Amino acid sequence: MPRKPTRSAKGGAAPHLGESLPIERKLELYYWMRLTRTLEERLVALYRQTKVVGGLFRSLGQEADAVGSCYALEQRDVMSPLIRNLGAMLVKGATPVEVLKQYMAKGDSPTRGRELNIHFGDIGEAGKTRGFLGQISPLGDMVPVMTGVTMTFKMRGEDRVGLVYVGDGATSTGAFHEGINFAAVQKLPLVVVIENNGYAYSTPTSKQTAAKQFVDKAIGYGISGEQCDGNDVLAVYDCTKRAVDRARAGEGVQLLEFMTYRRKGHAEHDNQSYVPEGEIEQWAAENDPLDRYVRVLLDREKVSQTTIDEIDRRIAEEVDAATDVAEASGFPEPLDAMIGVYADPPVEKPLWFREGADTSSLGKERAEGWGTWDAAKGGNS
Amino acid sequence: MAEITYLEAIREALDEEMARDQNVFLMGEDIGAFGGAFKVTDGLMKKYGEARVIDSPISEIALVGAAAGAGHMGMRPVVEMQFIDFIANAYDMLTNYVATARYRAFLPTPMVVRGPSGGYVRGGPFHSQNPEAGFIHTPGLKVVYPSTAEDAKGLMKAAIRDDDCVLFFEHKYLYRRIKGVMPAGDHVVPIGKARVAREGKDVSIITYAATVHKSLEAAAKLEEQYGISVEVIDLRSLAPLDDEAVFNTVRKTNRVLIVHEDTRTGGIAGELTARINESCFAYLDAPVLRVTAHDIPLPYAPQLEDFVLPQVDDIVTAVRRLMAW
Repeated sequence: MPRKPTRSAKGGAAPHLGESLPIERKLELYYWMRLTRTLEERLVALYRQTKVVGGLFRSLGQEADAVGSCYALEQRDVMSPLIRNLGAMLVKGATPVEVLKQYMAKGDSPTRGRELNIHFGDIGEAGKTRGFLGQISPLGDMVPVMTGVTMTFKMRGEDRVGLVYVGDGATSTGAFHEGINFAAVQKLPLVVVIENNGYAYSTPTSKQTAAKQFVDKAIGYGISGEQCDGNDVLAVYDCTKRAVDRARAGEGVQLLEFMTYRRKGHAEHDNQSYVPEGEIEQWAAENDPLDRYVRVLLDREKVSQTTIDEIDRRIAEEVDAATDVAEASGFPEPLDAMIGVYADPPVEKPLWFREGADTSSLGKERAEGWGTWDAAKGGNS
Repeated sequence: MAEITYLEAIREALDEEMARDQNVFLMGEDIGAFGGAFKVTDGLMKKYGEARVIDSPISEIALVGAAAGAGHMGMRPVVEMQFIDFIANAYDMLTNYVATARYRAFLPTPMVVRGPSGGYVRGGPFHSQNPEAGFIHTPGLKVVYPSTAEDAKGLMKAAIRDDDCVLFFEHKYLYRRIKGVMPAGDHVVPIGKARVAREGKDVSIITYAATVHKSLEAAAKLEEQYGISVEVIDLRSLAPLDDEAVFNTVRKTNRVLIVHEDTRTGGIAGELTARINESCFAYLDAPVLRVTAHDIPLPYAPQLEDFVLPQVDDIVTAVRRLMAW
């Protein structure tokens, strides 16, 4: 049974949505969504040139839910993304150069070539870090970790909120259940976003849960839940803003379900043979989050096509420039692999059959210039 | 100074570290109001309050994950596994998330996961395990397993102050059987350093935790009955292993027995044997031997448990076999 688009683009957004946002901020939402898509399209090109050395994960069709939700956070808040939350990471301050270097396994990428794709982060003190946490592949694990992050906010009396994204698949894990339950019991300022995009790899939601909708799980945990149209960026923003405000006010864990659709496969290699015929095409034609938002901007907000074209042009330039920077970067020195498993010792000794290796980087855990963000400079180091 | 038990030594370390550093806090099942299944944390909630001694749901994954998240933000959480057997529930969180955090994301994850471990207590298959070998195989984790009250305290303080995750195995058989007088002042035992538990010249026993005491008993018997001088090395830390201490004793006695309570296949004895083989082959006068538990889930009945676990007489037999070479 093909999954039907939840809402037609023809109706646009309801008039009350996003009313708290001035037009400049509404255009920012468009910027982040378009940047996400353009950057991913660039990554596809680089993947085909074999410059992306690992898998490539798209968020095509999900840009609104990632961008709209993260946009409801403050700079000091901490967000834990998933593989389809490139948009959320960009909103939180990750840069196209960082993302490109990560995918291309460059030596000065945020993880120094240790991790893939958008698995990188920058968390810590408010104001000194951008506030997004590096994810790992086992799904659901980030929920308990964010339970701990927000537990720290509560213990220290910091006015900060955490937001963690999970997919429909991750809701089936023990980590999701334990993390959300513990956070609920502790009444922590945590927003848990379930992005229901229809598929976990090839598994449809009908095989993931017997629940009618994921938001119903909130009842069992004794927390508030809300569901919204994940392809309407203003609806996502409003819904998340309400949840973030409640969490900030001390009302405890908030569960959100965004209804969206994954138009690409799990990763670029996936031919989506499991998807019913016509389903992807129907979503692309009737419920593309960018198309929908452009209509809202043009028709309701009376933004000119020229303004939108200008943003698109700016993004194209930015992505071109970032690609040049990333491509010019070198690859890691092999011996860098030995650094920083532990704080103490700071470096592991190469095995005897590698003893001829140059040991010039020994003794340093994390060389100067390995930082991904320098608040003082206001940019990447 | 009065003698205190191994268990009290752990509590004293937790208490001192909580007093010293506001970032130290405890989480676990039944640890607060009840004081823990073995009463290790008894009285600490009363002293430090519910915000720093947190009674949790039965959720080992969430405990370890939350500790990691809090650790990233500068806290120093200490998580109790009610029995260390239940750490298996958090295996993914420890090995995939915690162990890799510093390496893949430069995230400090100072945290301690501690819990009552080991057998000889008629605890049956789920209250007697020694799962340490599964974790020393994972780069990024540190593992300690003290055998004395002094080390229990000093290693706990070191574990809490360490900037990475330390798994702290406590032997429940030793909890109230072993006592010690704590050294004065801020007693910290460095992680990664073994200890000579008994000096000797004919043969070395390398061991840790409860079998340190079995080995010392065997060593006394061997000296008395057969005139064999046995050196006993207490590893204390299992990750990192103190290669230098191991190699030193091998070079000294040229005969090595490794004793552990953990099951045989894939146990730490295999790793130690390989390291000795690679680095000290020329010093050996006999093959390295092992006395370990059988590869059997630990049974409940005393007749069965005693048969499966290493006993003093097994160690005596093995040392005599080594000396016959």
